[in-house]
Amino acid sequence: MATKLPSVPVVIVGMGWLGGIIAAELTKQGVKVVGLERGKPRSTQDYYMVHDELRYAQRYDLMQDLSKETVTFRNNEKMTALPMREYGSFLMGEGLGGAGIHWNGQTYRFLPYDFEIYSKTVERYGKNKIPEGMTLQDWGITYDELEPYFDKFEKMAGISGGEEPEGLVGKRSSPYPTKPMLKTPALKLFEEACKKLGYKPYMMPSANLSEQYTNPDGITRAGCQYCGFCERFGCEYGAKADPVVTVLPVAQKTGNLDLRTYSNVTSIVHDGKKASGVIYVNTLTGEEFEQPADVVILAGYVFTNVRLLLASKLGKPYDPKTGQGVIGKNYAYQVGGARATGFYEDREFNLYAGAGALGMEIAEFNGDNFDHSDLNFLHGAGIRISQTGLRPIANNSVPEGTPNWGKEFKQASIKYANRVLTVSAQGASLPWRQHYMDLDPTYKDIYGMPLLRITYDFLDQDRELVKFMGAKTAEIMKEMGPTTIGTNDQLGSYNIVPYQSTHNTGGAIMGADPSTSAVNSYLQMWDAENVFVVGASAFAHNSGYNPTATVGALAYRAAEGIAKYLQQGSGLVV
Amino acid sequence: MAERQSEQPQSDSRRRFLKYSGAAIGGAVVGGVIGGAIANTYRKSPAPAEPDNPAKQPPAADFNQAPMFFTQSQLQLTEAAAERIFPKDELGPGAAELGVAFYIDHQLAGRWGHNVREYRMGPFQAGETTQGQHQSIPRHEVFTMGLQAIEDASKSKYNKSFTQLPDEEKDAILTSLQKGEIAVVSGVTGQAFFNLLRTMTLEGVYSDPMYGGNKNMQGWKMRNYPGNQMTYTAIMEKEEFVKMEPRSLHDHFGSH
Repeated sequence: MATKLPSVPVVIVGMGWLGGIIAAELTKQGVKVVGLERGKPRSTQDYYMVHDELRYAQRYDLMQDLSKETVTFRNNEKMTALPMREYGSFLMGEGLGGAGIHWNGQTYRFLPYDFEIYSKTVERYGKNKIPEGMTLQDWGITYDELEPYFDKFEKMAGISGGEEPEGLVGKRSSPYPTKPMLKTPALKLFEEACKKLGYKPYMMPSANLSEQYTNPDGITRAGCQYCGFCERFGCEYGAKADPVVTVLPVAQKTGNLDLRTYSNVTSIVHDGKKASGVIYVNTLTGEEFEQPADVVILAGYVFTNVRLLLASKLGKPYDPKTGQGVIGKNYAYQVGGARATGFYEDREFNLYAGAGALGMEIAEFNGDNFDHSDLNFLHGAGIRISQTGLRPIANNSVPEGTPNWGKEFKQASIKYANRVLTVSAQGASLPWRQHYMDLDPTYKDIYGMPLLRITYDFLDQDRELVKFMGAKTAEIMKEMGPTTIGTNDQLGSYNIVPYQSTHNTGGAIMGADPSTSAVNSYLQMWDAENVFVVGASAFAHNSGYNPTATVGALAYRAAEGIAKYLQQGSGLVV
Repeated sequence: MAERQSEQPQSDSRRRFLKYSGAAIGGAVVGGVIGGAIANTYRKSPAPAEPDNPAKQPPAADFNQAPMFFTQSQLQLTEAAAERIFPKDELGPGAAELGVAFYIDHQLAGRWGHNVREYRMGPFQAGETTQGQHQSIPRHEVFTMGLQAIEDASKSKYNKSFTQLPDEEKDAILTSLQKGEIAVVSGVTGQAFFNLLRTMTLEGVYSDPMYGGNKNMQGWKMRNYPGNQMTYTAIMEKEEFVKMEPRSLHDHFGSH
């Protein structure tokens, strides 16, 4: 029997970037908020011993315990979905701060093209350019409308960046709040090579502060020390922007945030039209509680948001056969694989050092920045070099043909430990009718709730993209003058085993049309006006960029919508 | 052996070892590196004090170097196999000297060896390659069964224990294992076990020494990896390669 608690104006499910941003914005305005985080509390003191590759990067110390809950996966409907029993393709964070703790900090805005991808593709190439079954759609918001929220997120986090190529990326209302990161010799090589080829390389926008910074909320953080322990690790310096050091303290300071950790939400209580609250379990004691609220905000990871909606039977579940319904629709990922690796006999770089968002990028082949008339794919990829710090367990690259064990392997891997550079392409992932999320019919979590099932594969669109980008990365790497080059431009089936990217998107997508989207441009549910579903679950497709800046911008946008709704008392805010 | 060594304390323990090992197991001396403490390949015994430094104390015993899971023969076999994957050479120590066998032993005794943070609910059914592993055998069992498979293959092909084989024959067994020609148990291919062995060997070479391997940070030193440093800001823009003394997490802990 769930103990019913006193009602509150707002309850937020998940206290990572989204919950943190929304809690900060609402509590600053005097709104009382209950924040439910299913994991444990965190602070920078927890990261004192964080430079431990085995514990954090190989044993996934900051990630969700899969023995309690995981996802199931199949490439297509002909297969039976099976659970992801150990980590591979993507890593699900847990605990206060969520994925915002263990991310790298690469902070790009999506392109203007992304938000109006359907209209702009049709305008330039005609409807027939979009293959049958590709469920491309506009986001119901333009880049210009979202720009002020990007600005807000970047200023809160202190994003470090510099000049960007005009016309290739979206316009900015103000410069980056801090200067770009340090340009290392490896980055300089990439820059020179790209310039020679006629491209306009620019510094990767970074959430690892290039210098000490005080944000508009008065939070001061130290600059990044380039320690080389970023992705999968917490930042003991507070230099990497994460919710625990930026927005959560702001919310706490107001006194309006009731933050409850170890609180796992298992369902949304509703009558089909409006939610009345959530049910949650204390993960330590097993006690069940009902938290009534005027507004319910789903701010968990993509899988959590979608799973909760489906399990609670809120919103219309997507049916891949008819194409009707919205919850679970348009799942997308990230298309990696295109890369060129250079081995240097005559140079050594300080590659053991780095930062999560230390790198350079070119935008010439992202979005619709290049002519696709004669190409068999849409969108593109961000091509980049990054210097995140090569840690020794994970990095033992050897030239092709070298055995992967024994004396020759030892000698080669040690020789090239600090002599290998990679240029890679982070490809967009476009949505398809047959790629979606729903509830698994067989496998359950420890509470007996069905796991979320993912149906997804790489298709010709992705293979053509990787082939094209592989050639481009090879061209740049060649210009960087290594002794040997290894390249990849091939893409097999999507395989859940090797790590690729933790950029999972879709399932509760935003749009202007209630019949094809789950939420409006304030991330308010069309079908339940007092429920806001925030995060990359709102992405109608995934771009050739890391998602967090866009996720953050949408969170600020949603916060505004929630405040508006609270004022209005009822109705849609758009 | 230098004559001086007979006056050093460790020759006493060496004589004692010979006496007790002989008596305890009916006169036969244990094979492999453990028994080869006589040959000092483990460096468990402290290095002989230098003749011109009589006051120099031998380093304290490493209490972490004892098995918490493996039997003696499993530990020896692991060490022998890991040494082939990452052998001693001109660059420096191999897996044996780096303590990799103890690293692997300690890992298998703990959470990792028991798949504690993995999804272990059934049904367990095989799927496509793209869906990963779906057998229910715990990792520590996979490993010990894999060791048994190596030993059986060795006895079957060469009529000797794996640890008795010359290097080329050890390599032949491991190559066969990696190719999938040696089965371990239903649901676990030789190839899967080899990958586990190789991964754990590299972890044992390069993880922080507190885990039992990477002894004295020798793994890091060979590849100029500085370990746990607090800042690199000052070197980021330097053109030349910067070498520095590595620091462990223990160093970090001790200094605060």
